[in-house]
Amino acid sequence: MVTREQARAIVAGVPDPEIPVLTIEDLGILRDVAIDDEDGVVVTITPTYSGCPAIDAIADDVRTRLHEQGAERVQVRAVLTPAWTTDWMSEAGRRKLREYGIAPPGRLPLLQLGVACPRCGSLDTRELSRFGATACQAQHVCQACLEPFDRFKPH
Amino acid sequence: MNDVATYALRLGDDALILSQRLAWWSARAPELEEDLALTNVALDLLGQARPLLARAGELEGRGRDEDALAYLRGEREFLNLLIVELPDRDFAEAIARLLLFSTFQLARCEALTGSADELIAGVAAKAVKEVAYHRDHAVRWTLRLGDGTEESHARMQAAIERLWPYAHEPFAADELDLRMAGEGVGVDPATLRDGWRAFVAETLGRATLGVPADGWAPSGGRRGEHTEGFGFLLAELQSLHRAHVGATW
Repeated sequence: MVTREQARAIVAGVPDPEIPVLTIEDLGILRDVAIDDEDGVVVTITPTYSGCPAIDAIADDVRTRLHEQGAERVQVRAVLTPAWTTDWMSEAGRRKLREYGIAPPGRLPLLQLGVACPRCGSLDTRELSRFGATACQAQHVCQACLEPFDRFKPH
Repeated sequence: MNDVATYALRLGDDALILSQRLAWWSARAPELEEDLALTNVALDLLGQARPLLARAGELEGRGRDEDALAYLRGEREFLNLLIVELPDRDFAEAIARLLLFSTFQLARCEALTGSADELIAGVAAKAVKEVAYHRDHAVRWTLRLGDGTEESHARMQAAIERLWPYAHEPFAADELDLRMAGEGVGVDPATLRDGWRAFVAETLGRATLGVPADGWAPSGGRRGEHTEGFGFLLAELQSLHRAHVGATW
């Protein structure tokens, strides 16, 4: 058996399959870890976007890691409410995103002068496309260093 | 099916069928970014449809899950609005439909965030920001095409004219809508019409496009009476699942 604290630490380290530099805790999609007499370890997660295809992979990873660490029964629940927003992303998560080359989302409500290029820091950037390679990102380009980059959409 | 199950199924079918139509644009859009955009919108809609279908199946109590409802119902059992199922003859029609439908869907989601059904309220609250983004995408393209070249203007105007008759059905409340609104589960769509019309007319005006005259207003989607192209859409959606019963990967 694992304790709640152990289970929490194990689950918190599960990476996001689409942006593997972030853990599900950094992203703010890990809502709760509890121990239940009947269900064993109960992990509650929430999708970033309604159709986020990563959510099933994340649930599988959570189960696998917990089983490997000795938890026999594991329940993963995906809840929709309250709806996730980018405000739930941790400061560590924002820093890791920037270092990875993805512009992190601004804080909501939106008060932002511009999107800073994660490579050179210039604010002289523009949006190339409102949609990107994953549901949570848009494509931008830096007009100073000319590098294209992804931006985590404020949501 | 009870009222709430049927209501959840209507909402879910609107999202599921539009998702399928938009997915058709993958590798067919005018530019690569637009392939990604329309399929991203489709993905959001699919994500909204899944819990609604699951909820409908759970309330129905006959053991049908989201897959059974999506893949194993016949044409007459689908309850989506006609506007989401129409095939696109060009890109302008895809954009016109996204503008007309997502403007309606956004108002409906905002109203449903207060639904007495916890699942419907949760899906609506999650969908509000997604659908606002979809509508914004449609507005940008409407402006670009309407206020673009002679050719793009003509095509965008033709697309709006073709879809306009189907833009009335979403606001025609039937008895189920009124019962659900009365019980605080749903919303009377007729109350959303003025706001919808004002937003659409303002957008079309900015895009130098005319607002078509109201006239013929086909309906029937909520009763399972669909247009000719719907059977072909379902064939594409369902054939794999039906050919390989119970298959997983």
